[in-house]
Amino acid sequence: MNNKNLTLRDIKSGKKCTVKDLLSKGKVRNRLLDLGFVKNSIIEVLQKSPSGDPVAYFVKGCVIALRSEDAKNILVKEI
Amino acid sequence: MGLKRTKLLKSNSKEVNFKNQYTIALAGNPNVGKSTVFNALTGLNQHTGNWPGKTVTNAEGYCRYNDNKYTFIDLPGTYSLLASSTEEEVARDYIKSNKADCIVIVTDATCLLRNLNLAVQILSITNKAIVCVNLLDEAKKKGIVVDLDELSLQLGVPVIGTAARSKKGLDDLLITIENVCSGKIKCHTVKNLINGIKISVEITQNERDEILTNINKNCEKIHNICVTNIKENYTLKDRHLDRLFTSKLTGIPIMLIMLGIIFWITITGANYPSQWLSWLFEQIKFYLSSFIEFLNVPDWLYGFLIDGVYTTLTWVVAVMLPPMAIFFPLFSILEDSGYLPRIAFNMDNCFKKCNAHGKQSLTMAMGFGCNACGVIGCRIIDSPRERLIAILTNNFVPCNGRLPTLIAIISMFFAASFFGLLQGVVSTALLLGVILLGIFMTLIVSKILSKTILKGVPSSFILELPPYRRPQILKTIVRSIFDRTLFVLGRAVMVAIPAGALIWILANVYINDITLLKYCTDFLDPFGKLIGLDGVIVMAFILGFPANEIVVPIILMCYMATGTLTDYSNLTELYTLLINNGWTITTAICTMIMCIFHFPCSTTCITIKKETKSIKWTLLSVLIPTFIGIFFCLIINTISILL
Repeated sequence: MNNKNLTLRDIKSGKKCTVKDLLSKGKVRNRLLDLGFVKNSIIEVLQKSPSGDPVAYFVKGCVIALRSEDAKNILVKEI
Repeated sequence: MGLKRTKLLKSNSKEVNFKNQYTIALAGNPNVGKSTVFNALTGLNQHTGNWPGKTVTNAEGYCRYNDNKYTFIDLPGTYSLLASSTEEEVARDYIKSNKADCIVIVTDATCLLRNLNLAVQILSITNKAIVCVNLLDEAKKKGIVVDLDELSLQLGVPVIGTAARSKKGLDDLLITIENVCSGKIKCHTVKNLINGIKISVEITQNERDEILTNINKNCEKIHNICVTNIKENYTLKDRHLDRLFTSKLTGIPIMLIMLGIIFWITITGANYPSQWLSWLFEQIKFYLSSFIEFLNVPDWLYGFLIDGVYTTLTWVVAVMLPPMAIFFPLFSILEDSGYLPRIAFNMDNCFKKCNAHGKQSLTMAMGFGCNACGVIGCRIIDSPRERLIAILTNNFVPCNGRLPTLIAIISMFFAASFFGLLQGVVSTALLLGVILLGIFMTLIVSKILSKTILKGVPSSFILELPPYRRPQILKTIVRSIFDRTLFVLGRAVMVAIPAGALIWILANVYINDITLLKYCTDFLDPFGKLIGLDGVIVMAFILGFPANEIVVPIILMCYMATGTLTDYSNLTELYTLLINNGWTITTAICTMIMCIFHFPCSTTCITIKKETKSIKWTLLSVLIPTFIGIFFCLIINTISILL
């Protein structure tokens, strides 16, 4: 698998990863930064919603739900 | 940390002999118990829900302490001062304006790391600040220990620990506020912390990224020094609950069962107080009648007062109050526990498919309480397009004023042939069905709107799922009865009195031997009949515009104008009255359909006008549901005629 383009959407439930880069722009980018999706912060993938999207993530001590459209703009490295 | 139970001197009086007057602003992330701190300090009971974005405007309250007067401003919850949502602008402008003598930064001890982010941003603007680490009781349960003194050292401002829900630590907070305001405590924000932070709208994306990355790095450092987790898996309980409430297998069924249980308790529980109240009003009516007869007033005045005003008023109280008084607290308990954001999480995909926002399920849920509140709540949706969709469709969930109408019709026409427990189950299932139809239509209409006049692609959905909290059941019940139930009831009573009077006049003023009421209902009758109703029901919906609560009483009053009804608490007798006036199962179904799908009440319309600032959208919000209601009724009636 091409590790370079691994996004948050590809990480399975229960796994952890660190943020490498944010591709989203504008308001969404700012909101993600506010919520702690900054470079090197650790994200744990919690559970999916009943339909599989959105997914809940554990970041900076809080649970944040993101749609897959937003999660695919967060480049990560699995740990 | 010394958490003391304190009793505060609360006062809203407008005395002038204060030593000093200070203005204090409360800032913080959404859902950190900011409003709870605010309420505890001021005694003003603003409702606090456990979901992000509850406070959408600045709330103000007062408190008197050591002969000083403190004005508290509750700023909207924000994650940062750098992004650009409306709430953040409000909070940023206020803090920058220097109007406050002191800013209290309320933080959540259970997720301090993220909260510090905003704290540092605020400290870079002003150093007259106090950090209030709230929810220490929750943190203790989770095994999180915060070294408050160290945190104070690291930030350079006073740090106070509180547990606002049990009023612990508030005295310390007030003393510190006093000392900061009077200059006794000087705050020296640590320079390294805020170097290079520029809080302004006119910064580039790169600068913003850099600032936020820096702040995050600093906060992480401080957090590592000041916070220790004794328990390894302090979030385990929440995760188990989340797995239960949002998993593929159990998420949706549990959601429906919870809603079902709430309705079941409301329906069955409301019966008893309804009967007692009716009996009580019957007794009062007896004495009241004798008294009025004793006064020897003319017959028309007796009829006007007793048959008109009194009957309508007591119906509203006896039949509408019990379900409201039961449903409101139950719903508030669900709200306080933190379950509502999970509903949004579960339902988001449905809304996304309709090009709408997942948070719409939150505003929809608020609509169950009151549609006007639901419309105001739509401010939590950032995208204007999606917010408009949420506003226009909010009326599709029946509010508290309409629930009792639905419950009454269901019990009379559909559940009467069942007995005991089964009766409750059938009523609940039917009510749930009607409400699911409303939710289904919300989705369909959202989809149609976003394909036609509100075209666009779904925006992003970023929602915090806050930790579960044990709701304070007794407090919630008391608060919701005083805050909401009495408010709604008061409004209904204010409308019921003139409506009762008007109906009685219409039913008793004759022109050419025909009552005015008959003219009106005869005029509306052909249209009513076409959609499975009759002139009376159509008129009741129109007259119910100020408050939906009075629709059923108006229908009954109109029918009673020609017949007599002594005991209106008796559903069988009511049923007979309706049947005698030509009601069939079709009429019952169509009335229920009209009840969920018709124009919003006047308060909601005014709110929509205020929120959208547009007559066009207000008109649409009236026309869309009314059209759908008429359309459905027309189809149902046609089918029933053909069968």
